[in-house]
Amino acid sequence: MSFLLLVQYTLIFASVLMLVALGGCFSEHSGVINLGLEGIMVMGALGGALAMKYLGKGTSAVVVILVVVLVSVLSGVIYSSLLAIASINFKADQTLVGTAMNMLSAALATVIVKSINMAENPDNVSATVEYGIGKKALLINIGSFQISYLTILAVILLVVSYILLYKTKFGLRLMACGEHPQAADSVGISVYKMCWAGVLISGFLGGLGGIAYITAGVSEWKFEMGVAGFGFLSLAVMIFGQWKPVNIALAALLFGFFRALSNVYSGFDFLAALHLPGSVYNMMPYIISLLVLAFTSANSRAPKAEGIPYDKGQR
Amino acid sequence: MNTEKEKRTILANDGVQSFLTALLCIVIGLFVGFIVLLIISPQGAWEGIITILKNYFTYPSGPAKMKYFGNTLVKMAPLLLCALSIQFCYKAGLFNIGAAGQYVAGAGASLYGALALGLPWYVDVILAIVAGLVFGGIVGILKAYANVNEVISGIMLNWIGLYTVNMLLTGVKETASPYTVTLASTNESALLPNMGLDKLFTNNKYVTIAIPLAIIVAIVIQIILKKTVFGYELQATGYNKDAAKYSGMKEKKNIILTLMIGGALAGLGASFLYLTGYEQWSVTQSSVPVMGFNGIAATFLGGLDPIGTIFASYFIQHITSGGSYLDKAVYPSQVSDLISAIIIYLCGFVLFFKTVFNKRLNAKKGGEKA
Repeated sequence: MSFLLLVQYTLIFASVLMLVALGGCFSEHSGVINLGLEGIMVMGALGGALAMKYLGKGTSAVVVILVVVLVSVLSGVIYSSLLAIASINFKADQTLVGTAMNMLSAALATVIVKSINMAENPDNVSATVEYGIGKKALLINIGSFQISYLTILAVILLVVSYILLYKTKFGLRLMACGEHPQAADSVGISVYKMCWAGVLISGFLGGLGGIAYITAGVSEWKFEMGVAGFGFLSLAVMIFGQWKPVNIALAALLFGFFRALSNVYSGFDFLAALHLPGSVYNMMPYIISLLVLAFTSANSRAPKAEGIPYDKGQR
Repeated sequence: MNTEKEKRTILANDGVQSFLTALLCIVIGLFVGFIVLLIISPQGAWEGIITILKNYFTYPSGPAKMKYFGNTLVKMAPLLLCALSIQFCYKAGLFNIGAAGQYVAGAGASLYGALALGLPWYVDVILAIVAGLVFGGIVGILKAYANVNEVISGIMLNWIGLYTVNMLLTGVKETASPYTVTLASTNESALLPNMGLDKLFTNNKYVTIAIPLAIIVAIVIQIILKKTVFGYELQATGYNKDAAKYSGMKEKKNIILTLMIGGALAGLGASFLYLTGYEQWSVTQSSVPVMGFNGIAATFLGGLDPIGTIFASYFIQHITSGGSYLDKAVYPSQVSDLISAIIIYLCGFVLFFKTVFNKRLNAKKGGEKA
């Protein structure tokens, strides 16, 4: 039983990490470091949560799934354009803008949810959205095992990402912009357009990752806490996956497993017998990523031109 | 004619430009905040934005104003140190987003020293510095020897720090709440001394030597950056890492040392807040305190200058505190966090603002010649 639960959580957390890390992968291959993934996830989660809240009862499951996915993706894409405008068109410091976006998303989501809650009931000053009824539409029950449609969608998007990145003209051009934008420009590729595409795709995948994250297990979300570092963990997954979709998927499974352990460790007798505080399991994914990064970063396969704003005039 | 020329040289001054662009960021940030208030409830929006800006001026009596002015200063001191931590590293080309975690480590170490070990304040402050230094040092060593990006390792350490400190302080929490026991009830010797400063602020007992010390630290950082060989090397590394290495500067040593100092500053900042007794640590908090991230706002708003950062830290804290005076039945206090976040976002455009500004200035000059 607890083993089944572990598999269930591993799958859902792994799909979240994979989606968001793939998003980061597209952005970085175009040359833009997307540190704002955490914020993009929050906005995607907020859009999806509100969609579920308002659709609620009486709407058919297919409509719920479609609308929730659409709203989350759109929220992510719109929010990611904040990064695109600043870092591509105005050559802003990408780390700074990404950090600002993370802070902004937490504040914005809290303000929006609180305002909605207060308008409904003046005594409710919490930043919590409940979406229990809408969430049911996203889940498939096989006996006592639950799988989310979003996990299936994540696997499909993995295949699509692989093909898009390696087998299409677009993908190869995108990667050229992250490696050597000047050369790409000289053969007629519009670097700015490619960067925009990379960032917006990361918004798409990040937004979807956000809704997948908050529907993992719980049926209400406190928006004050954002997405608790999952966007950053995804960045570690992306680096560990060496910016390659298949490796990213494998890295996501590994990290997802450790994250899932912190949810269900008490169900395992031998783990419960260790009497470790819950914090130890919460820390685990971060410690592991730090160790992994320490051993793998020396031969990093990071896109060579990432983080440097492309300036046409310096060609 | 002469005054015209003078005006131009003033406008061409980098410091003046930084000030003007910071002002522009603030104005746009406040404007966006105002729009948000308008959307939530149009009636009280103007009053709301004035409330945020007024902060403690809301109180009618002078003594009350002074008392709450003191509270804003109490929280400004740690913010200033986090800002300096980020700034010091940024000068060397390192983005110390790990300041938030170094701050957490400092809070954990100083509170553990004070509450669990019963040590006096000066030892607790040193513990906080050491904890921050270790956290910063890990980032530095990973960067120098394993090529791990300091942003990523910093973020990972933020979370590791948070959970470690939560675990560490669980032993000294109140039985009925998730908060750590108060310093006043457990170990009064751990409270930072007031040195009579509390008298100036209507007996606000949270006003301690932390405030003047924070400002002194800012001045010391300014001196290190401007007047010492180490400061020069550090900034040279920031401008061009390879050139610095080529001219014989020990790049690896400088990276580690810079992040250690950065970490020590953030750790010290935490002790400046938690050892006043103004706040207790909640051992169930599941997100990293925003102080370290707000430091990013203060540092960039302050034009990456230690003295400018003193004023920027005050401003950021002023509007953050101001947010808590908003009519809670209508507006969420997080509107002021939103304003700070927008200000940081806009700081990304500073380079652009300055370029446009200089272009116009030069164009004017060129036109005059012709």
